[in-house]
Parts: sequence; C-alpha cells; structure tokens
Amino acid sequence: MARKTIRSIPQERAEMPVQAPDLRRANFDEVTLGFDQGNALLECERCLMCPQPACVEGCPVNIDIPGFIAKMIQKDFRGAYDHLTDSTLLPAVCGRVCPQEDQCEGVCPVGGSLEPVAIGRLERWLGDKAIAEGWKKTSYIEPNRFRVGVVGSGPSSMACAADLAKAGCAVTVFEALHAPGGVLRYGIPEFRLPNSVVDAEIGNLEALGVEIRCNTLVGRLFTIEQMLGEMDFDAVFVGTGAGTPKFMDIPGENLNGVLSANELLTRCNLMHADDFPNHDTPLGLGRRVAVIGAGNTAMDAMRVSLRLGAEEVHCVYRRTDAECPARKEELHHAQEEGIEFHWLTAPVEILGDETNRVRAIRCVQMELGDPDASGRRRPVPIEGSEFDFEADTVVYAIGTSPNPILGQTSSIRLNKWGYIDTDDDLATSLAGVYAGGDIVTGAATVILAMGAGRRAARSIRRYLGIRDSEVVYQPERAGFDGALFGMDLAEQNFTHIRQL
Amino acid sequence: MSNRETNGEPGPGARSDDSHGQPEDLVTSGFPILERTDFSDTTFLLEILHPAMARAAHPGQFVIVMADDQGERIPLTIADFDRDRGSVTLVIQAVGKSTREMQARCRAGGELFGITGPMGIPSKVSNARKVICVGGGLGVAPIFPQARAFKEAGAYVIGVVGFRNRNMIFWEEKFREVCDEFIICTDDGSAGIKGLVTDGIENAIAAHGDIDEVVAIGPPVMMRACAEVTRPHGIKTMVSLNPIMVDGTGMCGGCRVRVGGRIRFACVDGPDFDGHDVDFDDLMVRLQRYKPEEQEAMDRWSEHCRRLAAAPATTIDTGSN
Ligand SMILES: Cc1cc2nc3c(=O)[nH]c(=O)nc-3n(C[C@H](O)[C@H](O)[C@H](O)COP(=O)(O)OP(=O)(O)OC[C@H]3O[C@@H](n4cnc5c(N)ncnc54)[C@H](O)[C@@H]3O)c2cc1C
Ligand SMILES: Cc1cc2nc3c(=O)[nH]c(=O)nc-3n(C[C@H](O)[C@H](O)[C@H](O)COP(=O)(O)OP(=O)(O)OC[C@H]3O[C@@H](n4cnc5c(N)ncnc54)[C@H](O)[C@@H]3O)c2cc1C
Ligand code: SF4
Ligand code: FES
Repeated sequence: MARKTIRSIPQERAEMPVQAPDLRRANFDEVTLGFDQGNALLECERCLMCPQPACVEGCPVNIDIPGFIAKMIQKDFRGAYDHLTDSTLLPAVCGRVCPQEDQCEGVCPVGGSLEPVAIGRLERWLGDKAIAEGWKKTSYIEPNRFRVGVVGSGPSSMACAADLAKAGCAVTVFEALHAPGGVLRYGIPEFRLPNSVVDAEIGNLEALGVEIRCNTLVGRLFTIEQMLGEMDFDAVFVGTGAGTPKFMDIPGENLNGVLSANELLTRCNLMHADDFPNHDTPLGLGRRVAVIGAGNTAMDAMRVSLRLGAEEVHCVYRRTDAECPARKEELHHAQEEGIEFHWLTAPVEILGDETNRVRAIRCVQMELGDPDASGRRRPVPIEGSEFDFEADTVVYAIGTSPNPILGQTSSIRLNKWGYIDTDDDLATSLAGVYAGGDIVTGAATVILAMGAGRRAARSIRRYLGIRDSEVVYQPERAGFDGALFGMDLAEQNFTHIRQL
Repeated sequence: MSNRETNGEPGPGARSDDSHGQPEDLVTSGFPILERTDFSDTTFLLEILHPAMARAAHPGQFVIVMADDQGERIPLTIADFDRDRGSVTLVIQAVGKSTREMQARCRAGGELFGITGPMGIPSKVSNARKVICVGGGLGVAPIFPQARAFKEAGAYVIGVVGFRNRNMIFWEEKFREVCDEFIICTDDGSAGIKGLVTDGIENAIAAHGDIDEVVAIGPPVMMRACAEVTRPHGIKTMVSLNPIMVDGTGMCGGCRVRVGGRIRFACVDGPDFDGHDVDFDDLMVRLQRYKPEEQEAMDRWSEHCRRLAAAPATTIDTGSN
C-alpha cells in the first residue's frame, strides 16, 4: 500500500451524529450518538500510520493507536479491541470522556492542517462494539494465594483491580456508596456517559472474579491497618478520589439554593432526582441557575440543570474561554445548548430573600493582569464594576479537596495539602499499601486515574513477588502482528492459554 | 433515565458466597431486620444485623439508610449496638415520606436495601466526672449510648430526656440502668416534671454545682436552648447536628454547617460540635430547604396509602424490594 499523505486521506472527519441542541437539552439521552461501522472505517482511513506516532506519546497510557487502527482497517475488530485493551481497560469510557484535544489528538500531525484523526471516537466505537458483542478478555486465570483489597471503585480502582485479578489475585473492592463506579457513576451524567456503559465495565471486572462490596466506608467500618491485619489482605490499593467540594466563603453561601456541583450531580445521577417523586431524593432548582466555574464538573452541572428544566443557565468564570479547563467538545455542546457564559466575571456575594432562599448573585467584572505562577494571566477585579443578576440556584464547581476520612482513621502519611503521599511506584508510607488517582494527584482525569491504577497494580505484583507476565510475554510493540509463537493476543495471560 | 433497573445492580446483590474467605460478618447488601419495636405511633425501633458495624460502632456515630432502591439516603444515629448479637439499633421518628414509608414497610424478617456506616467522628467520652446527657425528640435514643459510655468511663451521669406525654416514653429502664439520676420531662406533666428539657437541666445544675459537661441531642431548637442554658454557667456543651445529608462521606457538601464562623461538613467533621459555637439559625434555615418537595412526596405517599387502604386485597410488602 502506498504511504498515505495528508493530501491522499479523506479531508473531512467522518460524520459523528449528534442529537440536535434544542431536542437534547430536554432529555438525558446521549448527546453524541457514536460512529456507525462505515463512518468508523472511513475515519480510520485518515490515519497516516506514522512510523513514530506522536499520538502514542501524547496518550497518558501510550495506547498503540496506529496499531489498533490498522487492525480496524483489516476489519479485525476483535483484534483491534484486544490491542486497544492492552493499554486501556475502559475504552468505552475513555473514548467518551478523555480530553483528547490535549492528548493524542492534540499532537496528531493531521491536525496541522485538517481536523486530527478522531481517535477518541474510534476508541469509543470499539469499546461500544465490544460491549454489544459481549467481548471479554478473560483468559484462564491461575489463582495465586494473594488477596488484595481495593478502597473505592472509581477508574483508578477499577484498573488496579482488573490487572491484579488477571495476575491471579483474589481482589475485593470496597465502595462507600451503594453503587460502584466513582465519579463515572455519581458525577459524569447520563448524556455524556450512560450508566449502562459503567455497568458493562463493572460487569467485566466481575467476570474477572473481582468482588465488589458497596455500602462499605473504609476507615470507619474497618481501617486500612485492619485490612492488612485481621482481615488478612496481602496488599491494599487506595483510590478514594478527591471528592470534597470547595466553597469560597463569600457572604450568602449558606443560603438555601446554594449547593456544590457534586451535590447536584449526585442527587441527579446517583439518586435520580430527575425522576422525583418516583425516586425520593429532591433537587428543586428553580428557573434560573448560575454555576460558578468552567471545568468539566461545571459543564456537567449546567447541562444537567438545563435538562432538569431550568429556563436560564449561566456560567460565571473569572478567566476567559481560552483558559476554560473543560473538554472542548463539552464547552461547545454547552454553548450550543444555550448556556450563557459570563467570562471574566467573579462572584462576590450571594443575595437572599426574606425566606433565606437565593434571589440573586452579585458579581464583579475582571480583567487579565500579569501572568501568575502557572503562566496564566491572573484575573483582577475591575473596581466599581459590580452587577447583580437574578438566580434561584447557585452551584459551586470550583474544585475539590481530598476526602478527610482516611487521614482521620489511619496513620498513612499525607502531603501538606492532605493528599496521600506516595513514591514513584505509588507506594504509601504503609508497607503493602499503594494509592493512585485523584487522592494522590488532586482532581485530574479518568485516563490518568486509570494509568495510576495500573501502575500501582504493577508495583503490588512486584511487592507480592508475582512474576510479571507482561515483561515475559509482552513483545515489542512496533511491527507486532498480534500473535506471538502463534498465540493469539487474547490468550496471552500468564502461562495459561485455556480460554474460558 | 433508562438505568433504573440496572443501577445498583451489578452491585453487591449478585455476589457469590464468600469465595475469597472474607470475614463472614461483613454484610454489604440486603441487610436483615432482626427486630422491630413500636414505641408510639410515630417512633419505632429497628434492629439490623450487621456484625462488622456492631464491632466498629462508637457512640455518636450514624449510618445512612436506603430503605429500597428508589429511596433517599437518610442519616440515622446508631442508638445502640450489640457486639454479641452483631446488630445495630436505630430509633426512627416518622416525620416525612421516607421515614413513614419505613414505618409502614420495615418488618422483622425483612431487609433494608442499604445501610452504610458507622459514619462521623465518634463522640469524645471525655474524663468529665459529672455530666448531664440530654435527649429530646429524635435525640432520646441516640443519647443513650453516650450516657452508657460516660457511665462506663466512671462518670456520674444525670440523664434528662423529654417527651410530649407519658405515652411516648420508651427505654426508661435502660436509661435508669446507666444513669445515676434520671429526669423525665413531659410537656403536659403526665410523667416526671412538667416542662422542657431545659428545665430539667436547670434543676440539675442548681442541684449540682460541679457539672463538667452537657451533651445534648435533639431537634435544633432544643439543642440551641440547651446551649443557651449552659452558656452563662460556662459549662462545655456538646451537640450532635442533623443537617440534610446525601452521601455522608464528605463528597457533596450538603451537610455543611457554620461552627465558630467556619464551614464544616457535619458528616466528616462532626456530627458533634461545641454547642456554644454552632450557628443554629443557619442550621435551621438549611433544614427547610426542601420543604416544598418534602411536602409533595408526603402528599403522594399519603394518597398512595389511602388508595391501598381502599383496596383491601393488596398487601404492603416488607420493603425488601
Ligand atoms: C462532574 C465531573 C466530570 C468529569 N469529567 C471528566 C471528563 O470528561 N474527562 C475526564 O478525563 N475526567 C473527568 N473528570 C475527572 C475524573 O472523573 C476523575 O479524575 C476520576 O474519576 C478520578 O478517579 P479516581 O479513581 O481517583 O476516583 P473517583 O472516581 O473519585 O472514585 C473514588 C471512589 O472512592 C469512593 N470512596 C471514597 N472514600 C472511600 C472510603 N473511605 N471507603 C470506600 N470508598 C470510598 C468514592 O465513593 C468514589 O466512588 C470529571 C470529574 C467530575 C467530578
Ligand atoms: C447525623 C444525623 C442523625 C440523625 N439521627 C436520627 C435518628 O436517630 N432518628 C431519626 O428519627 N432521625 C434522625 N435524623 C433525621 C432524619 O435523617 C430525618 O428525619 C429524615 O431524613 C427525614 O426524612 P423523611 O423523608 O422521612 O422526611 P422529610 O419530609 O424528607 O423531611 C422531614 C425533615 O427532616 C429533615 N431531613 C430531610 N431529609 C433529610 C436528610 N437527607 N438528612 C437529614 N435530615 C433530613 C428536614 O429538616 C425535613 O424538614 C438524623 C439526621 C442526621 C443528619
Ligand atoms: S499521530 Fe495521527 S496520523 Fe499519526 S498515527 Fe497517530 S492518529 Fe495516525
Ligand atoms: S453528606 Fe455529603 S458531604 Fe456530608
């Protein structure tokens, strides 16, 4: 095959069907509907198969992107999926929620003059296909004698649990809430990541023999120290996330109608307040909602508010759209759905009525001053520019801090911000206890959490002295044709090749 | 959303039986109700089997209960725990939809969909030599383990509990066993002294000049009144706050309260705080925030019950969904 060039590939991205904005703002169905097979294959044609692919470098877990695309072009979808899931365990999730524009797609040379290859959408298509076809990568697992406890059930924990289960450990996941998945369950809403996808990924974990125990608040029901002691776990992974929402401490913050984005999203996604009163948890947003912040969490809170029937939704952000940390696609979708953005605006006070309900929010206009430590120009208030606008609900989405429970209940060492202190191998100050994800790095992304979970799993295997099957059996990636000694990739699990 | 059937499913419900040699008592789904006792037409007790929790629980901690898969997550104080029986006891006042539904549906032999805990920082059983333990309304049961803990720590315990009238009284014997003095206050004087728990506290303070600490649990108005009674005497007064909660793990901030001018999350920083520092107005305002929705849910529930009553063939199930 002649080498493809930027001129010879399809110039336009394959079409991604989307629900129309005025339709979707009234329902919780997914916004982007996903490629069909034809479009997926069309998009694959746009990949140049770079000999030194920048996208792989740009991916936090170094997915062999041209590798899986090549298999897709050959219509070897199962092979492509297996190749993909060598590096990511949650393709249907990551394809939907990764900030691809800052990662793989951001460095793809096709993006120099055209839209970059839609890597995320291809990943999602493969992940969805695998769920639809019921593909699982469960080769025969030889149980070893080790038991590992995992605290939390977010993406870091899911990845760590999967890798350790494949290595033969008996893994038990403990989740405080009544449903597993972490932010994937309670935070990211249905229209961006359907619960059915999370359920499927959890189902995959269970197929690996991972036991998931909800309603279990580690630290309080038992401590990490007890897990290693009387509960007889050989190692523990902690992936409890950075769930605690921050507030600003401005006047009026405790008025009724002020809540964190986490509370709003939890009430809606986990407790189904959208279906009140059939489900018992209320939300009651009123007509006008103002959301402070412009990250992914803020976007989700705004778009959920719209779908719950708010007539006006405002975004208040002290910097400009250029600094907005949300995924570009989400910002774009939010704008399409009619959310009003107030850039360079900061809240100074929340005003209430005589019943102590929110009535309005007082803001000040900002301008960009000198760059701060992060290199971004610091917003400074413009004197005398205060103005009020009416709102019934004010939502805080200005970041999170670490959950205090493990710090309160264990002697594990925390850093000065309260996150768990680890070394490069993600080992904590307690022997046999590893940690990863948001509880170590602060709020980050799904893919980074997943990567951390896998890294911790590797460290735990080493700590337990489990022979590292990857090192022995993982061939060099470049030019790899999917089989080693005639053995299919799917069968490459430890020394056992019997398919379940 | 279409995920109702699946949500919470491939959850712990389908778990196989202890394949990995888990400590057997670590129940994590379908929590059996061992016993139910009704104290009055609004107050009832449920004893739930959860040996691990019984072992971990301390006075002052609470649990989050979901009666069924569509229920609310509601916080309830652990009123008692029995490590030998492996059970925790909740005493519930039926005030709204969720608690009334539990009153109608939870039977001995049934199950709760979810119970998580123990949550919150255990009460500090200080080395006070003389304490007054005060309970009113939904705080009567939760004050019991505290009184017992103080007694076990060797303190002189004065119990003061308030009821509307003598028919509402429960656990009198239990309290008398752990209290050196026990004062019942009723609104109508049908038992004990006529008056509020604050009258009981004043009496006790008058009789004993050397009270080291007061612990008060009950509705916010009552706790505030108690804190105001002790403030002039400079007696340390601990209260247990009951704001609206969702997760109980510090993740939502719905339970935030203002204490000493700072925002604290009652579920992870409390629920116990120094009553003299708590902004009770703030707490009471925030407890009102879902009033219209609570009313709507209550009306629908009452209507549902009426319809059930009109159709005698239908029986109410045990709520184990
Ligand atoms: C609304 C929202 C939208 C987001 N959107 C995106 C996006 O589009 N793309 C992206 O890449 N990232 C996004 N993120 C960030 C991403 O979701 C997180 O970085 C990621 O989920 C972190 O994973 P984790 O495994 O560290 O923890 P989490 O997903 O936070 O999970 C932690 C779990 O541990 C449980 N837990 C906590 N304490 C205990 C305890 N003591 N005992 C037992 N269990 C406990 C919690 O209940 C929770 O279920 C978003 C985050 C939010 C909040
Ligand atoms: C730490 C703590 C311990 C508690 N211990 C007990 C106890 O031992 N026994 C007991 O009977 N009650 C206890 N409560 C209160 C109990 O949680 C509420 O009465 C219950 O949630 C009301 O639900 P409902 O649907 O029946 O009533 P609703 O009609 O929903 O509400 C009635 C009132 O209860 C309060 N309330 C509503 N939802 C919540 C919620 N999710 N969390 C807290 N308060 C809420 C509101 O002020 C409301 O006005 C405790 C609350 C807290 C925070
Ligand atoms: S960088 Fe772009 S063109 Fe090159 S291999 Fe990756 S996806 Fe294909
Ligand atoms: S109940 Fe959610 S933070 Fe306390």
